[in-house]
Amino acid sequence: MDQPQIISEPSNDPERATILLMGLRRGGKSSICKVVFHNMQPLDTLYLESTSKPTTENYSSLIDLAVMELPGQLNYFEPSYDSEKLFQSVGALVYVIDSQDEYLNALTNLAMIIEYAYKVNPEIHIEVLIHKVDGLSEDFRLDTQRDIMQRIGDELLDLGIEGVQVSFHLTSIFDHSIYEAFSRIVQKLIFELPSLENLLDNLVQHSKIEKSFLFDINSKIYVATDSSPVDLQTYEVCAEFIDVTVDLNDLYENKLSNQPLKCSSVLQNGYILTFHTMIRGLALVALIKDTDVDVTMAVVDCNIDIFNKALKDIWKRSILG
Amino acid sequence: MRSIIFSNYSAFDTRRLGATIDVEHSHLRFLGNMSLNLWDCGGQDVFMDNYFTNQKDHIFKMVEVLIHVFDVESKEVGKDIEVFVKSLKQLKQFSPNAKIFVLLHKMDLVQIDRREELFGIMMNRLNETSQVYGFNVTGFATSIWDESLYKAWSSIVCSLIPNMNQYETNLSNLQNILEAQEIILFEKTTFLVICSSNSGNLLTNDNNNNENFEKLDPKRFEKISNIMKNFKQSSTKLKSQFRQLNLNNNLFITELSSNLMIFVVLPFGINNNSGLIQENIKQARKYFQ
Repeated sequence: MDQPQIISEPSNDPERATILLMGLRRGGKSSICKVVFHNMQPLDTLYLESTSKPTTENYSSLIDLAVMELPGQLNYFEPSYDSEKLFQSVGALVYVIDSQDEYLNALTNLAMIIEYAYKVNPEIHIEVLIHKVDGLSEDFRLDTQRDIMQRIGDELLDLGIEGVQVSFHLTSIFDHSIYEAFSRIVQKLIFELPSLENLLDNLVQHSKIEKSFLFDINSKIYVATDSSPVDLQTYEVCAEFIDVTVDLNDLYENKLSNQPLKCSSVLQNGYILTFHTMIRGLALVALIKDTDVDVTMAVVDCNIDIFNKALKDIWKRSILG
Repeated sequence: MRSIIFSNYSAFDTRRLGATIDVEHSHLRFLGNMSLNLWDCGGQDVFMDNYFTNQKDHIFKMVEVLIHVFDVESKEVGKDIEVFVKSLKQLKQFSPNAKIFVLLHKMDLVQIDRREELFGIMMNRLNETSQVYGFNVTGFATSIWDESLYKAWSSIVCSLIPNMNQYETNLSNLQNILEAQEIILFEKTTFLVICSSNSGNLLTNDNNNNENFEKLDPKRFEKISNIMKNFKQSSTKLKSQFRQLNLNNNLFITELSSNLMIFVVLPFGINNNSGLIQENIKQARKYFQ
């Protein structure tokens, strides 16, 4: 019983990319998990109990993902805890800071964790979520971010480690920013990402597509997008289009038949939204701007089929290799 | 409630609404030639007393529909019913042909297993009281947090549409031509259900068809209203409006006229020709103007 169970779990399953979710207590870690991966309504997370045990949850998307959540009140440097093994096995460390609270404590805690994690596993991605920004005004958000970045930089300098790459995200569970942040985090763990982006770029160039996302249908995290800049509004519309498609389909389709879904919607000003299911619970959602719907859609459909084949090929190879 | 159905508010946004002072009038065009005059009457005692005394002939004259909303959480049920009876009295005098609808609202605050029971008790009581005044009451359990609101409003609004039979026959003709599993007609701005191809002729349909429908979700109309309304909201983020949707070549939603949306479901597992369907829908347009 010396070894807590959580430590043996990720190492049993080396294929699974693990995201470690850490932070002080009441920071909002469980809420993030529930909202992103369980489709819980943000307001309902008010009633979540305090997490007392480390919990791991597995998700299967393009890559297999495990999100491990550690309770905030835990002291990771207690000898009974095999933190070394833990940090070695994870791909990304996500640290949640409550921006509405005093965060100085959290920053000291974070600096210590970074120092330790970096020593054990220099490959680790360190991501800081400046969380609960919904309560802050626009100007104040940036100030807070600057302040936090500055302080962490100083702390790390004092500890003598400057080379660590730390990314910052402003997040809130009441809008889409948390999905955006998680999308970026997950993308860093996907080995095949450059080829995926390349594929999407090719698709976009040849089909008059304005923006395309490769979504995970359940969590609405996008695992890849083409290289044009992501506009949050477009992302939101695409994410909501997934809901529309899946909900409408659920009403009329009996659940047994698992045929791929294809859905397209034309808007008044010539925008076309399309949804195509791909392999492994993924879906390609694209925004097209064109007036001649029939012709464009025929080309797009054909191109997307080719893209789907390419995706399958990549996937087969990455399993073999 | 009015803000959600007619002003594109989300359930969240309604928290910002203040109390209604006296009567708030709104005029809405519905299905082109029909206009609804919605009188939203503030419910504080001061205003209420006024309605039944000074303003009674103003308020209760020429009423088509009374929608009386009860708060399920209310502590003073007796008093609430008393107010209801008062308005029935006035209606009997000033507009005896009015239709009465009762909404038991905020149902989301009641535990799921108790909802039906509570609704039954309340409706029994209201039915008894309104029988005295010669009115029949139609009741709905509603909440702004789910699709029950759309169900209630769609039946209220439908009761006001004069040429409903016309719509129904046209729709069932269209269903036969398209060999569709189901066709539903929605009002465009509110996405309330006007009628569906299976509402009238469910009994005359062959058995084969009926079996299919038993499997379907009985709340699907309201759910579609809800889903599509949400999608309409989100398409405003692209500064545009929804025009049509095609899911797997089985499910079509498209504009039928400037104030109608049509929702067609074709049998699954058959390779449908989308061009043919669209052409048929285009031809059907002239019958629904």
